[in-house]
Amino acid sequence: MEILMSVVVGILFSAAVYLMLSKSLLRIIIGTGLLSHGAHLLILTMGGLKKGAAPLLGEHAEVYVDPLPQALILTAIVISFGVTSFFLVLAYRSYQELGTDDMDQLRGNDQYE
Amino acid sequence: MNNLIILPIVIPLLMGIILVFFNRNIKIQKWLSAIASLASVIVAGIIVQTVHTNGIQTLEIGNWVPPYGIVLVADMYASLLVLTTAIIGFTSLLFAFSSTTAEREKFYFYPGVQFLLLGVTGAFLTGDIFNLFVFFEVMLMSSYMLIVLGSSKNQLRESIKYILVNVISSALFVIAVAYLYALTGTLNMADLSVRIAEMGQSGLLTVIAILFLVIFGLKGAIFPLYFWLPGSYQAPPAVVTALFGALLTKVGVYSITRVFTLIFYHEPTFTHEILAWLSALTIIFGVIGAIAYWDIKKIVIYNIITAVGVILFGVAANTPNAIEGSVYYLVHDMIIKGALFFLVGAIVAITGTSNLRKFSGLIASHPLLGWMFFIAALALAGIPPLSGFVGKLKIVQGGFEAGEYTIAFVVLLSSLLVLYSVMKIFIHGFWGEPNKEAIAQTSPKGLLFPIAILLALSIAYGFGVEFLSPYISQAADTLLDPSIYIQAVLKE
Repeated sequence: MEILMSVVVGILFSAAVYLMLSKSLLRIIIGTGLLSHGAHLLILTMGGLKKGAAPLLGEHAEVYVDPLPQALILTAIVISFGVTSFFLVLAYRSYQELGTDDMDQLRGNDQYE
Repeated sequence: MNNLIILPIVIPLLMGIILVFFNRNIKIQKWLSAIASLASVIVAGIIVQTVHTNGIQTLEIGNWVPPYGIVLVADMYASLLVLTTAIIGFTSLLFAFSSTTAEREKFYFYPGVQFLLLGVTGAFLTGDIFNLFVFFEVMLMSSYMLIVLGSSKNQLRESIKYILVNVISSALFVIAVAYLYALTGTLNMADLSVRIAEMGQSGLLTVIAILFLVIFGLKGAIFPLYFWLPGSYQAPPAVVTALFGALLTKVGVYSITRVFTLIFYHEPTFTHEILAWLSALTIIFGVIGAIAYWDIKKIVIYNIITAVGVILFGVAANTPNAIEGSVYYLVHDMIIKGALFFLVGAIVAITGTSNLRKFSGLIASHPLLGWMFFIAALALAGIPPLSGFVGKLKIVQGGFEAGEYTIAFVVLLSSLLVLYSVMKIFIHGFWGEPNKEAIAQTSPKGLLFPIAILLALSIAYGFGVEFLSPYISQAADTLLDPSIYIQAVLKE
């Protein structure tokens, strides 16, 4: 099961890298979304996918799944959600102000105003 | 157990929340944030003294014993950096009072600064690797807000790149934590160190060590990963760049130091050798950038990169002298980079341009500013009575002891070129015929005061080495011997 998940995470990462290397800003943001999906699935996988009850003490089970990676993922999800919404608004604002979403036209390290 | 060490985190947190409610009343915002940051300076000073007399202070949050809960650890290295951060925060606020426009101040500038200081301080004090990630994000999100606040076209364009790079490095951080958790089953740094020492640093762990080097290198701008920094740091106003230049990259440097002295110190022939060569290349590319540009912001920005390389070379050499030198140099560099960015901000406020070819003869109308810049330039290069000297001396000495002769010579040569790059600003900008139309006759009094504080500190730091050395060597002892840190946290 872990091997299958690793392959899936690898596919997510390669899709994310491909999208982030493209010219359009929206594709880049989609890429960051896929990258964080991959990272979150990776935490879950790396915590181990052994069978067990959901981490609720009311279940009265012999074995539970590891609760720590789930808490880490929950934290990482809200953080990446906040950053993504900021990034999307920034992309919208810069489309309004700069009139383009082409990263090639957003060059200009050496201009100073 | 000591509730004192959570205060540098709680003070900016509460003040940031309170300031959100007063966003229209600029006067109250200024007073409250100045009081809060002054309080942080005092508290940080008390912490440094407490750690000095009583050893490492830890706070187990919620009484959960480590490694099960989050633990805050203030060793001397972290508390010195917390004190420096608080001082930079206070002076930045003073600088912001007279340089920030009212629109920015109304749109939550001061809460943003408080949250940035919260993130930086938290990152220094935490003893848990995932908590470090969370404090990184607190710091980064405030920095996203501060870099784009005002939204000029240049800021929008550069902040897209800045955010993208940091989103990627944050994802990598999560991935690295996942790998590390899979191998060791713990997140507490002291416990990680113990477990890795027990099972030996296998090839997989070395791979994770390099992954951490990549992540923190992206934050701290080391050689192949510094590409985002020059563009991003020239976009925001001077006070924001000063905060970023003095604090953000240094958090990356701190994390590299912590990780490679506490957790991954078992394979130094591989990891520390890579770190040494990367820092040499960082120094070289930094000075190339610093001497190439005629834009005063760019010159100082590339000097950040050089300094990061010098500090990390001290860590990589890993002898007592080198580590001590890198602690000296890190504190010095935070202070002097703050001062230099303030000076650049004051020059731009007077001349209206950052292009060195467009103004000259500033010394005739602004002598105080000119001589302060001269002192800052000498301190940056490491001229003996000033603050940059002892750090570099010890780093070079440690480099020779470790047998890294080539890189130690690179460090020495870099000082020369760093001096050239800032003296170029002094000679072309301050000497020569006064260029009347470029220079406003108004004297930026409020801007000079915070610069004077930082420069006075830098001079005192240079002259007071005898007084400081017990603190610095205590910090270096903990870095050299991880068992001191582990015993303080796990209390075996």
